[in-house]
Amino acid sequence: MNAQKNSLDTKIITAAIGDSFKKLHPAVQIKSPVMFIVYIGAILTTYIAIREAISSTQSIFLVSQISVWLWFTVLFANFAEAIAEGRGKAQAQSLRTTRSHTQAKKLVNEAWQLVDGDTLRKGDVLLVEAGSLIPSDGEIIEGMATVDESAVTGESAPVIRESGGDKSSVTGGTRVLSDWIKVKVTANPGETFLDRMISLVEGAKRQKTPNEIALTILLVSLSIIFLVAVVTIEPFAIYSGTTIPVTMLMALLVCLIPTTIGGLLSSIGIAGMDRLLKRNVLAMSGRAVEAAGDVNVLLLDKTGTITLGNRMATEFIPAVGVSEEEMADIAQLSSLADETPEGRSVVVLAKERYGLRERDLNALHAEFVPFTAQTRMSGVNMENLQIRKGSVDAIEKYTKEKGGSLPADVRQASERIAKSGGTPLVVAKGEKVLGTIHLKDIVKGGIKERFRELRQMGIKTVMITGDNPLTAAAIAAEAGVDDFLAEATPEAKLKMIRDYQERGMLVAMTGDGTNDAPALAQADVGVAMNSGTQAAKEAGNMVDLDSNPTKLIEIVEIGKQLLMTRGSLTTFSIANDVAKYFAIIPAMFVSTYPALGVFNIMQLATPDSAILSAVIFNALIIIGLIPLALKGVKYKPVGAATILRQNLFIYGLGGLVVPFIGIKIIDMILVALNIVG
Amino acid sequence: MFNDIFLFVTFIAVLIAMAFPLGNYMAKVFYGENEKLGKLFLPIEKLIYRFAGVNENKEMNWRQYAVALILFNVLGTVLVFIVQLTQQLLPFNPQNFESVGTWYLALNTAISFMTNTNWQAYSGESSLSYFTQMIGLTVQNFLSAATGCAVAVAFIRGLTRKTTNLIGNFWHDLVRCTVRILLPISILLTIVFVQQGVVQNLDAYQTVQTAQGTEQTIAMGPVASQEAIKMLGTNGGGFFNANSAHPFENPTPLTNFVQMLAIFVVPLGLVFMFGIMTENKKQGFAIAGAMIILFVMMLGINYYSELNGNPMIAQMNIGEPTSMEGKEVRFGLGASSLFTTVTTAASCGAVNNMHDSLTPLGGFVPLLQMMLGEIVFGGAGAGFYGMMVYVMITVFIVGLMVGRTPEYLGKKIEAREMKWVMIALLIPSVTILLFSAIASVVDAGLAGLNNDGPHGLSEILYGFTSAAANNGSAFAGLTANTVFYDLMLGIAMLLGRFGVIIPMLAVAGSMAEKKTAPISLGTFETTSITFMVLLVGIILIVGALTFLPALSLGPIVEHVLMLQGITF
Amino acid sequence: MLKEVNSAIRMLILMTVVLGVIYPLGMTGVAQVIFPEQANGSLIYKQGSLVGSKLIGQNFSSEGYFHGRPSAAGDDGYDAASSAGSNLGPTSKKLLSSIAERSEQIRLENGLAENAIVPSDLVTASGSGLDPHITVAAAQIQAQRVAKARNLTEAQTLALIEKNTENPQIGFLGEKRVNVLSLNLALDEVTK
Repeated sequence: MNAQKNSLDTKIITAAIGDSFKKLHPAVQIKSPVMFIVYIGAILTTYIAIREAISSTQSIFLVSQISVWLWFTVLFANFAEAIAEGRGKAQAQSLRTTRSHTQAKKLVNEAWQLVDGDTLRKGDVLLVEAGSLIPSDGEIIEGMATVDESAVTGESAPVIRESGGDKSSVTGGTRVLSDWIKVKVTANPGETFLDRMISLVEGAKRQKTPNEIALTILLVSLSIIFLVAVVTIEPFAIYSGTTIPVTMLMALLVCLIPTTIGGLLSSIGIAGMDRLLKRNVLAMSGRAVEAAGDVNVLLLDKTGTITLGNRMATEFIPAVGVSEEEMADIAQLSSLADETPEGRSVVVLAKERYGLRERDLNALHAEFVPFTAQTRMSGVNMENLQIRKGSVDAIEKYTKEKGGSLPADVRQASERIAKSGGTPLVVAKGEKVLGTIHLKDIVKGGIKERFRELRQMGIKTVMITGDNPLTAAAIAAEAGVDDFLAEATPEAKLKMIRDYQERGMLVAMTGDGTNDAPALAQADVGVAMNSGTQAAKEAGNMVDLDSNPTKLIEIVEIGKQLLMTRGSLTTFSIANDVAKYFAIIPAMFVSTYPALGVFNIMQLATPDSAILSAVIFNALIIIGLIPLALKGVKYKPVGAATILRQNLFIYGLGGLVVPFIGIKIIDMILVALNIVG
Repeated sequence: MFNDIFLFVTFIAVLIAMAFPLGNYMAKVFYGENEKLGKLFLPIEKLIYRFAGVNENKEMNWRQYAVALILFNVLGTVLVFIVQLTQQLLPFNPQNFESVGTWYLALNTAISFMTNTNWQAYSGESSLSYFTQMIGLTVQNFLSAATGCAVAVAFIRGLTRKTTNLIGNFWHDLVRCTVRILLPISILLTIVFVQQGVVQNLDAYQTVQTAQGTEQTIAMGPVASQEAIKMLGTNGGGFFNANSAHPFENPTPLTNFVQMLAIFVVPLGLVFMFGIMTENKKQGFAIAGAMIILFVMMLGINYYSELNGNPMIAQMNIGEPTSMEGKEVRFGLGASSLFTTVTTAASCGAVNNMHDSLTPLGGFVPLLQMMLGEIVFGGAGAGFYGMMVYVMITVFIVGLMVGRTPEYLGKKIEAREMKWVMIALLIPSVTILLFSAIASVVDAGLAGLNNDGPHGLSEILYGFTSAAANNGSAFAGLTANTVFYDLMLGIAMLLGRFGVIIPMLAVAGSMAEKKTAPISLGTFETTSITFMVLLVGIILIVGALTFLPALSLGPIVEHVLMLQGITF
Repeated sequence: MLKEVNSAIRMLILMTVVLGVIYPLGMTGVAQVIFPEQANGSLIYKQGSLVGSKLIGQNFSSEGYFHGRPSAAGDDGYDAASSAGSNLGPTSKKLLSSIAERSEQIRLENGLAENAIVPSDLVTASGSGLDPHITVAAAQIQAQRVAKARNLTEAQTLALIEKNTENPQIGFLGEKRVNVLSLNLALDEVTK
């Protein structure tokens, strides 16, 4: 998706302009009650303008001007929404082309039969061979293949998918590059991942999020108050011996009701989803994005998020009487055939630290002894030489059987390593124990700083690991997380989430395995890795297409940004009203009470120009703030107090001051252009 | 002027010094057992519960609480209504007053005292028997205040409890507030007042042969006992027509000082109690701080305007202060200005000077304070839950700006709470504007005016604002005892009272159900100076934006016109 | 629901008895015992007959008495069974013209210069209409007139004013003021 990002802009804008007019349909307008008032106002003033043009000799200049600007106000708000939707629509378009009709080999009565992709149902079994598109979402039940998932993730490097384990799910619309797989379909047509993705990015099923509803209630209530405040001006004016034209009242009303936030509210929400999308995260609902901003606790898997994927050998500690070189040599031999990352790291360490080159096992006539759960050791058997490496207990048992024993210093070294959070791996040659390899989890660079930032944001980080508590504590301390869950089982995770939620906290976590599914479902924000199983993806409320567990932090930031943008623009919108009152109130009443002219502190030229300037400002500010609504208010990971001060200064104080300047400038332009007398 | 400022500062200092221990005491009264005093009061309370047949320990959800509250208040209204119309048949009527005359006046007065408004369309000394004053008005003075406190107490339960739908027992809160707080303090106040010269007797009016040889009839009555609760319960309904300007209600500067303290002490005590109940006194201090900021601003405007007086009078070579119309010499400018600000900051409505005769901006202050909903200390209970409307709006708007779903005291403010809070904001505001608008164009409304020009509009606005805000003070020139005004104002009082109480009880119920999130660095702080300033800002902006058009055609334009020497 | 209504009625009856009967009557009893004079209106008797209350102002219009403030209580002012203020606003023509009239009259009565400053309390109606006080300045400008009418020296009347001046309570509560009734009664006492 990333590749298609550029060069869309002009296309989106053109389309959005068209959509702005399409959205003038009342059924669309009524969805935003605040803008609906403006819409009614625009219609009403247009009617008055026409009526007066026909029947009256009075100048219809002001009423027609106001009418035009009210229409603009509505259009600008429509435009904001349309442009926010634009990117999603464009993306949906390109996704649709992926979903073009495919053929599928379906297992029918023990035989493969070619059927149309659209006819597939849940439970069908398919055969997908190299070069063909996977027609629907499914679970691999047999085989292994390399799959190009770029259509969904934008990532061009192929990935391996195989039956069993956590890499067994495949997504419809992706292509098998090599080998073949048997796939059991897990989604009916229209419910596939791709389908959901299309409808999500299109915003077709966009529902108002809880906070959006609450905010709308606030905005509507304020609008009602202003409506009453404006409507009652007429009787008060009559008492004072004058009447105020409806056009003027309409202009005041539109200026007072929170049109700025009302017009931009939906675009802020859409843009928030879109920002997630740009980071390759699919949120299943806006609710989840909002919840992300509120998260109090992040549950992070140790492996891959906090530490680099695997443990690495960092040190050889020879037993007394054994030279380091000898130990390194044997340790390397023991691991030559060991393709696990740990094994590789032993070979690499021996090479880097002791200059030992890799040797060819075949030349040595060595036979590899793989790791098993029973022996808990691995190693090589050569002529007269048996080399083993494994846990302390396993090696002790092994050497005892051969008549040897575990030297006290090796035991001590092992305990020291374990205490420091590392994993000791003891190496033995025959019955002789040579020493200990220190395997260590390597904490990712910069992660500690990230956690500090999170702490400043008020978010607690919890590391989840299968390690024993000792190891976990050491890594937790090194990485700087606030808490950890050691020897984590799915049940323990679930319980932990529930405990936090019981205390009123919102929990976010990432997961990929099927056994993560319950926890993902329980968490308030559950981000499933796209590489994970179908079960995980369905349990979570977001899917990370990049399968990058650190993404959670960015998701939280986007959620916060979304809420901040709403709050800031609401504040701005309300603060704006002060200046508008100063423009319009004196203008309205100056004919009855010339004394009220003292409140024309902006020195606006005439009553007409004052009112028109306020209305124009009110319309233009929507356009002016579209980029902000789309980009979101800048977020920095600092405490709430600091953010508040900054935003208050910019949007609160700015909201008070900007309209004074803006209205004055518009007034000066109107006078300069001789538009108003 | 120095003297006056010294008075203001002393007042605030003494107030805080008294309210803080009271808050502590109230926390024990409502939420726990106060060992020593509990023993004293508990038997009396038990007796009341048993007689009424209520189980004070059975907690209610917000709907049950509201039903009990409304039932009790409606019955109270009925009683006052009947007593007024039958007082000629009842005892304690030495002046042999007839029934109050019209059903609509009786209704207006009944609603007025039940809603803690104490708007007085009648004149006390010339129409009500002592029986009516005692059985009707004194009783409602207590009960309406206790009702207000009960709502505040229940609201605090809603904020501080977790995952329950129960917010307390109305009878428990009502009885405890009456027996343990209002009654003892009232007894104390009565004695102080009598010592200073407030009358307390059941005699007929005294006729005196004046020094100059004419006759003067002096009204009497059991004034002090009613005066005490009138202030303490922020009721404000005077025994006499002139209210606290009357020398028998408020004879000395000392009683004046005590009366002002009595108005504020329970509302401020409730705020401190709130801090104690949230287990973070700073939460209470922040609210109290915002209230004090607003109070000082309002007092400043009022005092400044009164001090500058009326230039048209100054032109006639009249000495300063030129704004003595409607004021008493014993109080002077400072204590009058302070009283005006206090009585309308709270929902008291007692007056020691006639607000109708205030300078335009001097009158703007009480008007604006009532329009804002009397949230500066406010009415007994009503001030607290009224302030909470703005607190929740502030937290909602500003809380969003820190990037979290807004939460107050760890509880999320969501659509349901927002809906009720906005209803509580809308009803009084809309009532004030719509009713005033109607009155300012129909003949029945205009007929009651005592002043022309913008000041007449101010009289109408003031009347409906006072009613909807349950204040009860008036630009008393308005002739309010007509069918039109009695009924319109009566409805406004009901809307202003229950249009806030019911939504706020609903909010309490809904907040009680929520979990409480722990406070973190990411939480929007509601104890900081920033919050105080923001709260003040939101109150002023929301209030000002709502009422500015109306105000600008009333007191604001009148001010400018007065400076230009224009009269009506 | 019926049970609730029943409870509410009983609660109201009980509360009414406690708060509307026991409390005010009890307080009346207490007040009559410990502060009977104040509780009954701080009444002033002169040779056994009631001449007024220390707290309630009276109408004084004759030359030989110090005049109190204008009063809007009752039709003739100072009706202590009908307390009230004028309720006239600051831009009221009626208010401004009566202030102009009153100040003219005061200057005339007391022989003041045409542009002499008149204390504002003498030309404005009080809130209750029963204000028993005037400011010291307001008493002083009348000293000469009263002295003349009573055949006293101005120094004597000024001394009487001084004697009947009430000071602020506790040093800062209230204004310095003169009780008109007390002053006039003292005056009667002196010139008897």
